[in-house]
Amino acid sequence: MTNHMDQMDIEHTQSVDMMLNMGPQHPSTHGVFRMLLRIDGEVVVDAEPHIGYLHRGSEKLCEGEQYHQVVTLFDRLDYISNFNNEWVFCRAVEKLMGVEVPQRAEYIRVILAELNRIASHLLFLGTFGLDAGAMTPVMFAFRARERIQGFFEAVSGARMMHNYFHIGGVKEDVPHNFNDLLSSLLLDLRKDVEECDRLLSFNEVFVARTKGVGEIDLETALDYGWTGPSLRACGLEYDVRKAEPYSIYNLFEFEVPVARDGDCWDRYYVRVLEMYESLSIIEQAFSGIPDGPVMALGRRLIRPPKGDVYVRAENPRGEIGVYLVSDGTDKPYRVKVRPPSFCSLSALRHLVRDTYIADAVVILGSLDIVLGEVDR
Amino acid sequence: MLGSIKGMLVTLVSTFRKPVTDQYPNKPRQVEPRYMGFPALTWDHSVGEPYCTACMVCIRQCPTQCMTATMKDNPLHKEEKSSRRKIVDVFEINLNRCILCGICVEVCNFDAIVMSHEYEHSGYERNGDRVALDGLLEMGTTYQKKTNWVPPSELKKALKDDLALKKATD
Repeated sequence: MTNHMDQMDIEHTQSVDMMLNMGPQHPSTHGVFRMLLRIDGEVVVDAEPHIGYLHRGSEKLCEGEQYHQVVTLFDRLDYISNFNNEWVFCRAVEKLMGVEVPQRAEYIRVILAELNRIASHLLFLGTFGLDAGAMTPVMFAFRARERIQGFFEAVSGARMMHNYFHIGGVKEDVPHNFNDLLSSLLLDLRKDVEECDRLLSFNEVFVARTKGVGEIDLETALDYGWTGPSLRACGLEYDVRKAEPYSIYNLFEFEVPVARDGDCWDRYYVRVLEMYESLSIIEQAFSGIPDGPVMALGRRLIRPPKGDVYVRAENPRGEIGVYLVSDGTDKPYRVKVRPPSFCSLSALRHLVRDTYIADAVVILGSLDIVLGEVDR
Repeated sequence: MLGSIKGMLVTLVSTFRKPVTDQYPNKPRQVEPRYMGFPALTWDHSVGEPYCTACMVCIRQCPTQCMTATMKDNPLHKEEKSSRRKIVDVFEINLNRCILCGICVEVCNFDAIVMSHEYEHSGYERNGDRVALDGLLEMGTTYQKKTNWVPPSELKKALKDDLALKKATD
């Protein structure tokens, strides 16, 4: 009797897709990001990303602040790579005003921004390991990142929200023990990066979890507007530092690491290789740092002429662009930010379709998004 | 297999390393000399009054509008003990709003405000971190004592004199 009933049930049942809500408070979403996954068993049928939980209206806030105050807002866009963000806004205003930044300031900026790139990639390495199920690398990566943060504190006075790059240079000259601090930091850092690399990159379990997962071809990546390491993992050698050298990047010799397959492991390994390149840039800049002033403008109100300007730069996450419109007053008329992680995130739906839920977490981690920049 | 073994070796080696973690509340964090903690007001020990004249520069330049101040006539100036004609009467900083950017210190013309080394401020009330003049001065004097603070304008003057001397000898 019971057997007969079971058979009846099976005949009349049909499978219905289940909705799974991931986020906004989920350890793998790297911030407040929500994904609505439609799943069929373990397989993701469709995904709907929800953003905006960290929306602070940064672009609008910029219109109400004076130029030197806007730098503090840019610190908080991509809060993992603050120096890079400050730099791109300062460059936009400098370009509009036609200000020549002193050489020493440029060298300091390059050193700090590249260190920030390493710090950002280290954070990526640690958290990506966590996403793939490796608990140990995050400890090593944060140990190394903490060294960089400590160095930033010694130079700028803050570990994360520095407000150190000013329009026309940097806030003040580096501390007197800068050379000792940096040379010891570089020694430690190279060891740490190598250690993290050895720990995770070629671990069989990690490779199995990431190789061939979340593949994207170059055409699609370009269509989604990908830039930075994620695009280079697809095989295109495009780096703003090489394609349109800004500041003093044309003085340094460095490679642009490129991968071929465009899967999660490639996106990971391009970033690891980039850390070595950044270290080499820092070493070159450190050996050639000149003496002199660090500020081109005096202490006066910044009032750029009427006009608009677009400036782009290579952030750890990709190409950041700032479109700045000035109406001749002491406050910007409009500031538009083109964030790299927003473009990477837009491909998420395409990437996570027909993968497992566990892989969706890995794919999201491999995009290396910062929600502060996505939502603005 | 090789990759895993390499990774295991790293963990094995690091097992014998000294831990880098500090047990925070028991062992307070040593901050760098340039560390930017909460803003505080400095005390002029030579006269016995605050440096601040409530000129409102920092208040106008603050990106978050976290400060307020009012000015009064300086009683010590009438007695010819002080060169400051006006002096701060009320000063309040809402430390919950402050974003520790250090712009107030940069724009101050009177060496009156510093980024102190205080970082432990938390409370149970929404506006529990509003610090008034006496609290700010207390934070400031602690900072001055701890770092042997010299007014930045005097430092700048000394540097200028040095340069002038060098030029003269050349």
